[in-house]
Amino acid sequence: MGGRGMESFGDLIAADDVLLFVNAAITATGQREFHSDAGAQRLSLDFLHAYMLGNYRDLYAGVLALDINDHNAALIIRRLLETAAEATVEQRRSEGRLIAGRLAVLPPQRVYGLFGALRRAGVNNRRTRALLRDWLSARPDLAFDAVKYRSGLKQALRHAHLVPGDGEIGTFLFAPLSRARYDIPILETWRRAHFEQAAVFELPYTVAEGFAAQHGIPRKVFLERIAPRLTRGEALRLQEAAQARGPAAAEAVKTDLSRMPLTRLAGYALSLPAEERVVRRAELDGALRTAAQRVAGAHRGTWGRVTAVLDDSFSSYGSGVKRRRPLAVALACHYLLGVLAGHYRGLWTSGRGDALLAHPVGPTPLGERVLDGLETSPDRLVIVSDGWDNAPPGLAAEVLRVWRTRLDTERRTSVVHLNPVYDAADFDVRRLSARVPTAGIRDAEDLPALVEIAQFAEGRTGLAELTAYLDARAARLATVQAQRVQGADGATGTDGSSR
Amino acid sequence: MTSHERGPTPSAEPSGLLAGLRTRPSQVWGAVRLVPLVRPEPVQDLRLHPRLHNGPGVVDLGRKGTYFSYIPHSFVAEWTGDGSPAAAYGTQLTGSQPEREALEAVRLHFHRRMARQEAKHRLRFLPLHLALEGYLSLHFGGPSIAWEEWSRQALRQGLSPRVEAAFLGTEVPGLADALSVFEIHPGQCGVLVCLADALAAAFVVPHPEDYRTLHPTLVQDLYGDLVHHYATLMPPVPDFRARITDTGIRALAELRAAVAQQTAQWADFHDTTMAAGLLEQESTWQQVRRMGRFTLSRFLPEFRPKQDNHIGEAISDEQGQVLYLKTFRLSESQVRRGYLLSRLAAHDWHLADTAAELGVEKAQLCQRLEAAGFGHLLRQSARGR
Repeated sequence: MGGRGMESFGDLIAADDVLLFVNAAITATGQREFHSDAGAQRLSLDFLHAYMLGNYRDLYAGVLALDINDHNAALIIRRLLETAAEATVEQRRSEGRLIAGRLAVLPPQRVYGLFGALRRAGVNNRRTRALLRDWLSARPDLAFDAVKYRSGLKQALRHAHLVPGDGEIGTFLFAPLSRARYDIPILETWRRAHFEQAAVFELPYTVAEGFAAQHGIPRKVFLERIAPRLTRGEALRLQEAAQARGPAAAEAVKTDLSRMPLTRLAGYALSLPAEERVVRRAELDGALRTAAQRVAGAHRGTWGRVTAVLDDSFSSYGSGVKRRRPLAVALACHYLLGVLAGHYRGLWTSGRGDALLAHPVGPTPLGERVLDGLETSPDRLVIVSDGWDNAPPGLAAEVLRVWRTRLDTERRTSVVHLNPVYDAADFDVRRLSARVPTAGIRDAEDLPALVEIAQFAEGRTGLAELTAYLDARAARLATVQAQRVQGADGATGTDGSSR
Repeated sequence: MTSHERGPTPSAEPSGLLAGLRTRPSQVWGAVRLVPLVRPEPVQDLRLHPRLHNGPGVVDLGRKGTYFSYIPHSFVAEWTGDGSPAAAYGTQLTGSQPEREALEAVRLHFHRRMARQEAKHRLRFLPLHLALEGYLSLHFGGPSIAWEEWSRQALRQGLSPRVEAAFLGTEVPGLADALSVFEIHPGQCGVLVCLADALAAAFVVPHPEDYRTLHPTLVQDLYGDLVHHYATLMPPVPDFRARITDTGIRALAELRAAVAQQTAQWADFHDTTMAAGLLEQESTWQQVRRMGRFTLSRFLPEFRPKQDNHIGEAISDEQGQVLYLKTFRLSESQVRRGYLLSRLAAHDWHLADTAAELGVEKAQLCQRLEAAGFGHLLRQSARGR
């Protein structure tokens, strides 16, 4: 903050704008939220992207290196490629590196979706084609993509005028039944799956599902036999469906919960009925704890006395498309903070004590709960809430203001507010108070980094520091990309890698 | 008529309408303000009629012991046993074996197109203006047959576009939002609906479960067109944000005391200022039915033009505590109609006498009644005299 006096007013606004955009890019997904519909969310987000691109192109591209969500990463890449003509030579070079780096960590279905959007928008410049070519050449198994993301790959090739390295893949995509047999095993399996039931179960789940319907394979049998081909995410989604089909299917699809990412796991736990959560308490609790310990890593137990105020009001239900997402984030934070802290207290707004049985219901008396939290005299107070403080409105802000100005003038307690919901009307996440830093949060896994950024942003951040931070993250993205290319198997679990 | 007229002196009851209920902080969406009312101890022996709990998604409440039941006025359900919908005519209070008792209900003859628009087993109320007209005639002892005729006519010919919009309230975005984003308080037994900060209606039930059952349909169907109108045309109303004076706060305990004071201040402000129109209104009370320790009564305002005029029904217990309450604020034209009806009632439904008091000819009075939309109803009641 030393050089702040020398910075122009414009720079400060730029830094503010970027932080606001980062919050939006972490939380907003263009989907319906509790307080606004999908249309409003998308409109608001589109404006923000256009504003950032028009005013701060470099910083806009730089945000690609941060932990923003995939939806916004794809939007940024698309807008950068659409307006490639407006960029200088230097800008293009750095943007190219950032885009390539981000594409490498995006799940493949997102990338194919992005290519489709570029195709519909009529964007087909040299940069776009080159990026597409490089990304495809780095794919570990193009034949697998040809089967699993058939139309996506086909359109990408057609759009970029590319010929796949292997002639068989070209034939497979554009004239699939013209060959009597394929040499590439997975393509041959796909061909045989048309008439041979056993071959169906060697295909990826999403492809096999269509064939199973064609062959009239009963769902129960299908789930039992496709189980080895399921990705982690698919297995988690199918738990309930499999259980409904009897013990054999349930056993086959049963997944090791302790290997699931923390927030996903929290979402899964909250999707179960309360009785089942009680019956499986040990298993769920253990899995959540393990996941939290994995995330915390070396930071375990280093945060001192931590108190969290967690929002389980009715609005933490989210919406039909993001079911219980804010509550899942709060639950995941609860477990993560429990591991990070030396001494931890979690306070739910409803006043209930059992975190695993959390349920979105009731109003949001955030003010009272913050007061309860401050009474435990913590080193850190973390508030996870969508910021709709309504019982009574604005009380949390007042409590925090009086606390800061009258009771804790030496700032012994650091307070941070993490908000999982993008507020379309404000173009930002909803803040509780100007005196408390607010950061958007998508996955509880990012919590340690977010808390650091938020502390850093408590005063007003200078543009120079921000640019330096973005550069450092860009360099890190490049190394991550290099590792990805070497260890071809995606750690996200969303591409074809089977369990 | 088993009425006991209280006369023009202010009675004790209106100010005690919300006794036993605690006002919680309001929630605002656009021009709609919903003020939750919380009952510290739910009432167990007066519950919603069990047939209303048959709707989809309503769980068995595991009720024990005996209890009396009630049905809100104009609530539409299959009351008749043959599967055709009917609306409860006036709030009903029934005994401990509610299934065996006959209900006063008005059959509805739905236009085919309308019937298709309705989800089959949805809990719902009649649209506001039908409900209100029924109410008015009910309060004046008007014949229920006439109301049926009237509602049949209105429903057969399709409702006016305004009411159609209210019926399809789910398609009005602001309206559905105000309802769905409302966070129900634990123990909440009632709500006050304010539109553009004018109290439009009060609704109180004995038990939180009943409230939960009725909440989704409540605002949408009951106050639909008003809510729609205000939500579209009026600017959003501000939140009453908490404000704490920080001078002199030196410890957390003092801060906590200031917070508690904030909450109390809001409740006090609301009860004495925002709800004053209802609570301080001078009303005429009429006892309708007594059952066990409960009394069902109706009240009428004095029909003062250009002021708050609330009409309503209440069920109270032996101590006079109101367990069930449903009020509407009358619109200006309804106040005028109410005024005409009250004058008529005062003159024993004699047209010539009433006309003389109002200083007009009988024919002119008839014209006024026709213009007020009550011609049909009145012909029925005037015929016998």
